[in-house]
Amino acid sequence: MGPVLVNPGERAAQVAERAARESYGRLVALLAAPAGDLELAEDTLAQAFERALTTWPRDGVPDNPEGWLLAVARNRQRDLWKSAAHRRSRSLEAAVDAGADLGAGVVATLDDLDPDRIPDRRLALLFVCAHPAIAADVRTPLMLQVVLGFDAAAIARAFAVPAAAMSQRLVRAKRRIRDARVPFAVPGRQAMPERLPWVLEAVYGCYALSFQDRGEGDSLAGEARHLAVTTARLLGDEPEAWSLAALLTLTSARAAAPGGPYLPLQDQDPGTWDRGLIAEGEAYLRRAGRPGRAPGRFQLEAAIQAVHCDRARAGATDWDALCTLYTALVAIAPSLGGRVAHAAVIGRARSPGAGLELLEALPVERERFQPYHAARGDLLARLGRREEAAAAYTRAAALTTDPAARAFLGRRAEEAGGP
Amino acid sequence: MRYMLLFHHREATEESVGAEAMAEGMRAMASYAATLEQAGILVSGQVLRPSADSTTLTLVDGEPRIQDGPFADTKEQLGGVVVIDVPDLDAALDWARQAPPLSWGSVEIRPGGMHIEDGKWVPSW
Repeated sequence: MGPVLVNPGERAAQVAERAARESYGRLVALLAAPAGDLELAEDTLAQAFERALTTWPRDGVPDNPEGWLLAVARNRQRDLWKSAAHRRSRSLEAAVDAGADLGAGVVATLDDLDPDRIPDRRLALLFVCAHPAIAADVRTPLMLQVVLGFDAAAIARAFAVPAAAMSQRLVRAKRRIRDARVPFAVPGRQAMPERLPWVLEAVYGCYALSFQDRGEGDSLAGEARHLAVTTARLLGDEPEAWSLAALLTLTSARAAAPGGPYLPLQDQDPGTWDRGLIAEGEAYLRRAGRPGRAPGRFQLEAAIQAVHCDRARAGATDWDALCTLYTALVAIAPSLGGRVAHAAVIGRARSPGAGLELLEALPVERERFQPYHAARGDLLARLGRREEAAAAYTRAAALTTDPAARAFLGRRAEEAGGP
Repeated sequence: MRYMLLFHHREATEESVGAEAMAEGMRAMASYAATLEQAGILVSGQVLRPSADSTTLTLVDGEPRIQDGPFADTKEQLGGVVVIDVPDLDAALDWARQAPPLSWGSVEIRPGGMHIEDGKWVPSW
């Protein structure tokens, strides 16, 4: 592929945009690692993108856009490290003045990079974002920004916090990473079991955000799924990482087209599910299998999704399998969501009364938890306790932000309370 | 990169914890010091006398005021520090994990800013 000169402006913008989406995290990981400076990496990369948008339309898109961006950002970084102005404002000043070789070492490390063979250090970057020394509530936002390239304003919208507050949190985390010197490294085998769950939790957080439809939903879900698959590939042999990739892929396979009416899982037509994604998710789940080893949380959750997706093939839901999987899941990860789903499945497979009993045993936080009221409404309706069912559905609807789901729950309330 | 490990814990005396526990704690600290030394990362260490022995100086309206007792009168006090020189936070965390005072309280890991060498302040990172 040589430089393309046909309609160069538009093409350059497209290539820059694609490079931004696909390579952002890779380039940030490479640029930030030497000095642990994410802010500087993002600043210089942004400058490189800006330059691409002015020079590519004029001179043509380079053969290796990523390598070009890396080289430009790297040179900019080197200039900054060498400049007195930068040294005055950054911690490197002292190191350089003291004769420590950090500044020179950083430049040498970047120079060693061959732009034609760009290594993938995103895994180390993920472990930085989800480091236990970084506040838990900023890990997912940090991943969204430095690995996936979302801007602070979009992340703030997804988390429903003011943009300025989110920016400040992100900046503080990045400075902490630089100043406390959180290492850009993948933990060794010994530390891995302790560190990996934080990474997977934060990746899962990226995906979970997309359920709260705040405008970023579609792109977030797709990018988060992609990130989970990338994480599993980079790690190679971690069952829970493949399980998370399977979970998000199988969940995505059932995702409704945007703007459509809300349908609960059991009312969905399996014909509308994405068979390609189902097959892909099942393949990931097989990679997670370890005979003789107890399954992890994400493995159980992915297996539950696989059972639901299997209705597309078998025509009916295997409720016994769901009972077994949910019982195992709430035993190792007793989250409120998992326990509500467990109760709903028991209510369906055994008896509504048995499910209701499990719901009543939940802690008081249940009162503000929408799925609790929705599941309770369903079980009460099955028991013929119509007024209580209508009240539970009404409460569930009131706790729902998604308009389509709210409309659905409202209809259920009317049906339960009506003649 | 220099990190200071600060040991915060309830102050113990021979009367409060018993002579045997006290002796065991001292043995653990001795072996920790030897391990740090052997690893070649130990810069310095200091265990402190009880905070009751402390004297605090503050300027009040420009005049120094001397008070008996520590700067902050809290249940947990700074009991000692160790300064180590290691490549990054993960390495510092590993050494902090092995510190005996962790069983008595908390270990704070604070990156160094500057330290004195030959009478001059030099950066610690």
